[in-house]
Parts: sequence; C-alpha cells; structure tokens
Amino acid sequence: MTTINKSGPRPGRGLTHLLVGGITLLIVIPVAWVLVASLKRKSEFFGSPWTLPEGLHLRNYVDAFGGAHMGRYFATSVLVTLLGLVFVLAVSVPAAYVVARYEFRGKSIVEVALLAGLFVNVNYIVVPIFLMLVDWDRALVDVFPDGFFLDNPAMLALVYAATSIPFTIYLLSAYFRSIPGDFEEAALLDGASRFRIMTRVMLPMARPAVTTVILFNFLAYWNDFIIALTLLPGEGKTLQVGLLNLMAAQKAAADPGRLYAGMVIVIVPVLLLYALIQRRLIQGMAAGGVKG
Amino acid sequence: MTTTRTPPTPGASKRAPGRSPTSTRGGAARGRRGDGRFVAVCLLPALALFALFMIWPTVSVFRMSLYTWSGFSTQMRFVGLDNFSKLLDDEQFLRAFQNTVALLVVVTVVTMGMGLFLAAVMTRQKLRGHTFYRFVLYVPNVLSVVVIAAIFSAVYDQENGLLNGTLRLLSLDGLQQVWLGDQKLVLYSVATAMLWQSLGYYMVIYMSSMASIPEELYEASALDGASAARQFFAVTLPLIWQNLRTTLTFFILSAVNLSFVLVRAMTGGGPDGASEVLLSYMYKQAYTNSAYGYGMAIGVVIFAFSFLVSLLVSRATRREPLQF
Repeated sequence: MTTINKSGPRPGRGLTHLLVGGITLLIVIPVAWVLVASLKRKSEFFGSPWTLPEGLHLRNYVDAFGGAHMGRYFATSVLVTLLGLVFVLAVSVPAAYVVARYEFRGKSIVEVALLAGLFVNVNYIVVPIFLMLVDWDRALVDVFPDGFFLDNPAMLALVYAATSIPFTIYLLSAYFRSIPGDFEEAALLDGASRFRIMTRVMLPMARPAVTTVILFNFLAYWNDFIIALTLLPGEGKTLQVGLLNLMAAQKAAADPGRLYAGMVIVIVPVLLLYALIQRRLIQGMAAGGVKG
Repeated sequence: MTTTRTPPTPGASKRAPGRSPTSTRGGAARGRRGDGRFVAVCLLPALALFALFMIWPTVSVFRMSLYTWSGFSTQMRFVGLDNFSKLLDDEQFLRAFQNTVALLVVVTVVTMGMGLFLAAVMTRQKLRGHTFYRFVLYVPNVLSVVVIAAIFSAVYDQENGLLNGTLRLLSLDGLQQVWLGDQKLVLYSVATAMLWQSLGYYMVIYMSSMASIPEELYEASALDGASAARQFFAVTLPLIWQNLRTTLTFFILSAVNLSFVLVRAMTGGGPDGASEVLLSYMYKQAYTNSAYGYGMAIGVVIFAFSFLVSLLVSRATRREPLQF
C-alpha cells in the first residue's frame, strides 16, 4: 500500500488479520486433527481431543490398508481415474477440435446439446444409468452369466468420461478457437494430413487447456462416490466408497484409528497434487468460472 | 488455401468444398475433400457416449416419472401425472423440500457474505500472507465429500468429537450437543459443513473478479473521502455484480447437489427425516423403496425447481452491466 496512513497503524488492520486468521484456523484444525488422530492408539481417543499421540502408532495404517481393504480400493480408484481420463481425452480432444475449427451440418445442434449437457447433473441421471446397465446385463445373461456392465471398473470409467464430455469439450474448444489459424495453414502447405495437424500441431499448443481439463476431471473422478456406489455394488469398490463403508463400520465397532488412517489415505494424494498445482488450479477456475 | 475459405453453411463441407469466398476464423483444413469423414470420425465417439449416458438417461427421468413399477420387474404401468399429485400429500417430501430451501437460503447468505468479506480484505488491504490464506481456504474444495462428511462426523461425534471434547475441556459441558442426532440442530450442522466446504471456492472467484477492478476507481473515491466500507458498497459490489449473479446459480445448484452428497454420507437423512433433502429422498424412494417412477417424479420436481429458482433469481438481479 502506497497511501499514507494518516492515523498511524490502523486498528482495523489488526482486527482483519485476526478475523482472517481465525477463519483460516477453522479450516486447518479439523484437517490437522484428522492427520494427528490417525496416529493415536485406541485408548488415546478417549478424553481430551487435543492431546498429541504418545508415539507414531502406524498400526492404524496397516489395519486400514489390509484389514479394511483400503489398499485394494486405492488400486481400483487409480485404475478407474486413469482409464476415465484416457477415455475422456480420447473422445473429447478430436471432438472439441472439430467443433472449434470445422463447419458441418447440424453443428449448431451439437453445440446447443453440449451446452445443455453442462447443466445436467449426474445425481439425477445415475438411477436411469443404473437401470440401463441392469437391462444390458439381463440381455446378455447368456454370454456373461455373472454380468458384465455392473461391477466393471472400465464401465465406471466410461460413465465418468461420458458425463464429463460437455465440460471437457466446452473448455477445450474455447481454447482451440483462441489459437490463430496460421499454424494449421502452414502445416497444410507442408502437406500434413488433417489428423496430423490435429495431433502434432494443435494438441501441443493446447497443452494448458488439456492440463486444466485433466486436473478438474481427475478431482471429479477421484472424489466421486455417488456413481461409484451405484455402479460397483460388489466387492471391487473405489476408495471413496470404501471410506464410506469404513465410516459405517466404525460407528458399530468403535475403532476410530482405522477410520482416521483411511481418511488420511484418501486425503494425502489430493492434498499433494493440490500443493503442486494450486496456482494453475485457481487460475483455471477463475478463467473458466468452473464449478468445482 | 490462403485466401479462399469455405463458408460456414451447413453441409458445405460435404457437398461443395471451397466454393464461397466468405472467410471464417481459424485455419483448419476446411473445405477439402474428405472433410465430412474426418469430422464424423472425430465427433461421433464423443457424441455417442454423450447421447447414451447423458441425453438418454435425462429423457428417461422424465419418461419414467409418468410410470409406476417396482423393483426389477419389467411391467411398467402408465399412470400419467399420478406420481406428481401423490407428492403433494407426501409429508416427508414436503419436509425434504423445506429443508432444501432452508439450506439454500442460509448457506447462500452466510457463504456469500463471508466470501465477499474475505475477498475484499484480501484484495483491497493486500493482507500480508494472503496467498497463504488463499491456499489454505481453498483446500476443502479439493477434498471429496466423503472425506468432508467423515471429518465432520468426527468433529460432531457425541463422545469423543472435537467439538464436544473441547467444550468439556473448557468446562462448558452444558453447551455439549448431539450435533447430528438432534432434530433441531442437524440441519445447521449440515449447513456448517457446506459452508466449510465452499467458502474458499467462492472467495477465490470473488477475488479474481475484484482483482480486475482498476485501482483508479478506488483512488478517486478515496479522494472523495469514502471509507473502506463505503468503497465496498459503492465501487466493488456494483462492479462485480455480474460475477455475483453467476455464483448465485452455483449456490442454487450446490444447495441441491452438495447438500445431497453430504447428507447421504453424513446423516443418511436422519434423525427421522430431519436432514432429508430433495435428492436424498429421491434416492430413498428409488433404491430402498424400489419406487423408481415415484423417485423420478421427485427428480423432475427438483430439476424444475432449481431451473425456475435460477431463472427468477437471474431476473430479479438483472442490472445494466457497468463498464470500467
């Protein structure tokens, strides 16, 4: 601040610091508390919640990974998230490029439909999707007696990809439009094919938008539990659904250590990623006005 | 291909490549033979997935709301608008509706107020450490709803929770509450979790739109002797008005959706329906009650409700956009 403070150090300033600091503490404390609690022994949970654990009780993590299957769920989550990202990029990058650069019959209908898709929330349509997959399984019962579409991580990844297509195409095509056409014309004069222009010229230039899309979709897939809960009703759960089960089990068994360790296992990857890319995440959000 | 470009007429790429001289932006290989096939190959996979897993299920929601059938039996009976008229007499539904509206109002007012305040002091006062504050305040937004539900279940826990434990430590035992088990309190407990989750998100949005307001406007009003509070209402608020309106839509959507996922993971709608919200009631009907048609009718109502409220709010808050 370059303005001169007429009345010396303003009292309001200390007050705002106090207020903002206080609110920040209210965010930090519950998260930090979980991290600390995950290292406590069972007996240490009773009494004051503010005591620090006496030692690093890593047994909770062993319990969570093994006993509560969080290790296996972690693997499922990684698989589903990666597959979902591959699927959504594979179909959305070409589509976004074509929408941004080519004219074709019915283009305005496609654009309007995709825009409307931005407003369709998955929470509404999970039930019909579930019933549809049940129907498919029933139709193919001779081929796959145990069912194929439900309890299939690849299918879950496909549904994730499909439900994020409108958002992904919206963001990518806006970015493609902002790239000057000169590059493509130059490549065209060099005799490059359409496909080559798309993958070798345009895609590398759109890297910032692709990164943003990967980030937001990663968070959406990794953090989802409604779709996963519905489409993977069997043993192979994702991490979030596993944590939900752990919560329910903890209510009965009174073994909080395992639950806290499970929470940390879910939180840490996301927190690490966030710390690495927070600037880009916040910029991307501000630019796109994206609902996170 | 340097000067002549194909026009954006529909179908031109297929039938008459490169005839009209109208130019468009962009520089793709437009109007060449085979464009149609390239477009189709690029577009169709995405459109097929989109149609299969988004358009068709959305249509299904509306269609199914007119039928009644239970469970996995394939016998569907057309009942017209019966499901909807039944809703009017369903007290649990009305309660869920009430809860959703209450959450919408309370969470929106508090979150928006605090978010604006934080954004204003961070951008205007250039508070030391504001990047650190922003970093921390945004953290809940990257956490999953299950994690937030788990955190708050632990905070609210009756025996060993952070809240009651701290109150006991301060010898304020009288203030201890069954935060998630008290019918009168549970909705506020859910609202607090929603505020905790989204405060940083809205703060960041408001910060970025406040950052684009030119400094001269504040200097000019400071010369006129305007206080910081006066500046906020006379300069900041009118200039970020459009942004505020956009976030109002987000608030409406999250009151419907975020409240559901939180309730689903944290309270299950209990105790005794005290924290039931519209979407969680829809799920209850669809899955535990196997009344899919009825559940989908609730879905249609939620859809219409959030759409109408968004529209009304957007109408009511319309102002001439200010230039700066």
